[in-house]
Amino acid sequence: MRPILELTGVSKTFGRAHELATILHDVNLTVQEGDFVSIIGYSGSGKSTLINLIAGLLKPSTGSAMMDGKPIDGPGPERGIVFQNYSLLPWLTVTENVRLAVDQIFPTMSDQERKEYTAKYVDMVKLTPASAKYPKELSGGMRQRVSVARTLAINPRILLLDEPLSALDALTRATLQDEIADIWHKNRTTVIWITNDPDEAILVADRVIPLLPGREGATLGSEISVSIPRPRFRNDVLKTAEFKDLKLGLVQTLIDAKKDTSPTVSKKLAAPDILPEDLRNPRKFTVFDRPTPRRRSQLEREELKIEAS
Amino acid sequence: MKLFYQLKLDAILLPVIALLICLGGWAIIAGHGKTTTSVDDWGDKVTKTERFGLSKNLPSPAETWTASKPYIMEPFAKRGELDQGILRFAWLSLKLVAQGYAIALILGTPIGFFLGLSKNFSRAFDPIIQILRPVSPLAWLPLGMVLFSGLKIVDGNGRSVFGTSDAAALFTIAICAMWPTVLNTAVGVRAVPQDYLNVAKVLKLSKIKTLFKILIPSALPYMFTGFRLSLGIAWLVIVAVEMLIGKPGVGGFLWQQYNANSYAHIILSILTIGVIGYILDRAMSMIEGRFRSA
Repeated sequence: MRPILELTGVSKTFGRAHELATILHDVNLTVQEGDFVSIIGYSGSGKSTLINLIAGLLKPSTGSAMMDGKPIDGPGPERGIVFQNYSLLPWLTVTENVRLAVDQIFPTMSDQERKEYTAKYVDMVKLTPASAKYPKELSGGMRQRVSVARTLAINPRILLLDEPLSALDALTRATLQDEIADIWHKNRTTVIWITNDPDEAILVADRVIPLLPGREGATLGSEISVSIPRPRFRNDVLKTAEFKDLKLGLVQTLIDAKKDTSPTVSKKLAAPDILPEDLRNPRKFTVFDRPTPRRRSQLEREELKIEAS
Repeated sequence: MKLFYQLKLDAILLPVIALLICLGGWAIIAGHGKTTTSVDDWGDKVTKTERFGLSKNLPSPAETWTASKPYIMEPFAKRGELDQGILRFAWLSLKLVAQGYAIALILGTPIGFFLGLSKNFSRAFDPIIQILRPVSPLAWLPLGMVLFSGLKIVDGNGRSVFGTSDAAALFTIAICAMWPTVLNTAVGVRAVPQDYLNVAKVLKLSKIKTLFKILIPSALPYMFTGFRLSLGIAWLVIVAVEMLIGKPGVGGFLWQQYNANSYAHIILSILTIGVIGYILDRAMSMIEGRFRSA
């Protein structure tokens, strides 16, 4: 079966020439239709860069990113993305935010159909009572639900979630994890879920892939497959030995990877300038010239007499 | 004392005190007239009014009130082309401001959008804008006169309805009032969060749809700040313009009364300009506030 998404030898660098920063290096990822993949890594290790590459918001520097065997050459609704910071339009209500996407994706639907379709997705994330509210009137969890509804409503072939829950408190987080996993269980869309929480990764996904930091940029580590049967009930799953083993293994992999890359600093350290003002240097008021140096450290040249003892 | 603050009396009382202090200061420096009657060498009675005081020609508050009364009490009277009630004058000025302001917004908003959207456009035109921006309305008006010289639109009776000076006036108001709108719109467009644009990209919104669904709503609060500042400038400019071209209006009235030595009316005009400017600004910031919260 042809994979829905295939990244081969992808690397991403930012900056030019001497300030080149390699974020991702030799990333290989194959995702089949219907997979629930979770990519876990440290903050700042390039997770968002990776998902932006998949979404098409960024282009790989080398290597290829293919969807259905065709290179990804830009963002599109077939790869719906839920952003970390919700990205809701603050001047639109919950319904209008979802409706904006629906109007764009289904131009052939009648007004009534679109209305019902929008309502269906608002209801799916349990926001019907708040449908006429503006994002600023909602809590963080509710906002992220709107974002999920908007993305689901465009009926993406791949659902990309970029740390969707990392700005939320632990309890809201747990509820939303279950809800999103539940929605996936019903729809079976392909999901790529980026996270920095091992519990979350193992609880929701079938395939957990760590993004390991390396000297030449982060790369994907070996995959852990989670075969805990669905639906997964949080309370039961968290107690199982299988879950604990998986989590320990995953955490250990991540910690080991970090150890290997303990940063090497090659920076010239400059001592702070704490010399007091030298009062022997006369203060001169000048308009056009540069002010006379006040501290010894500001003198461009200084002659020191060294007496041999 | 508690009741005093509860009723927010200080909010009323303090401005009143400040007003009284200002009026007192005015009364002190203002001149006052003294009428003396004497019999001259021919045996005729001669009344002579002399003025005294720190600034002897400056009318006192009371004199100002007496002289302004007919203009305030009948604010919409029309006794002649240059002798009308003060609100009628204000209305004429406001009409002109509205036209010039509309031109400023219609031109300024798209320019602001181009500046905000295109780095190259912004690099190219920024120096020109920065140079034209501080030019005084007094300098633009003659240029407007030259630019539109010979323009004359006549109505059925052959009377000129829109001439060179009208065009020059609109030109001056528009070009002076345009800049805050241009610059604030540009800032607003530049400040549109990348996230919103990413949403547009993922949904594959067309350029036009991105403009109307994302860019304009997102930049609207900034744009309204620009609109408010522009309106303030348009109202500033109107006085200078009316003075120079002699159109009836608050500014024209002010200048004409100065030439006619009725100094009290100058003060009346200044206060009218100030009050109307304040009302315009308040109204605009109320509208602005509505858009900010949205």
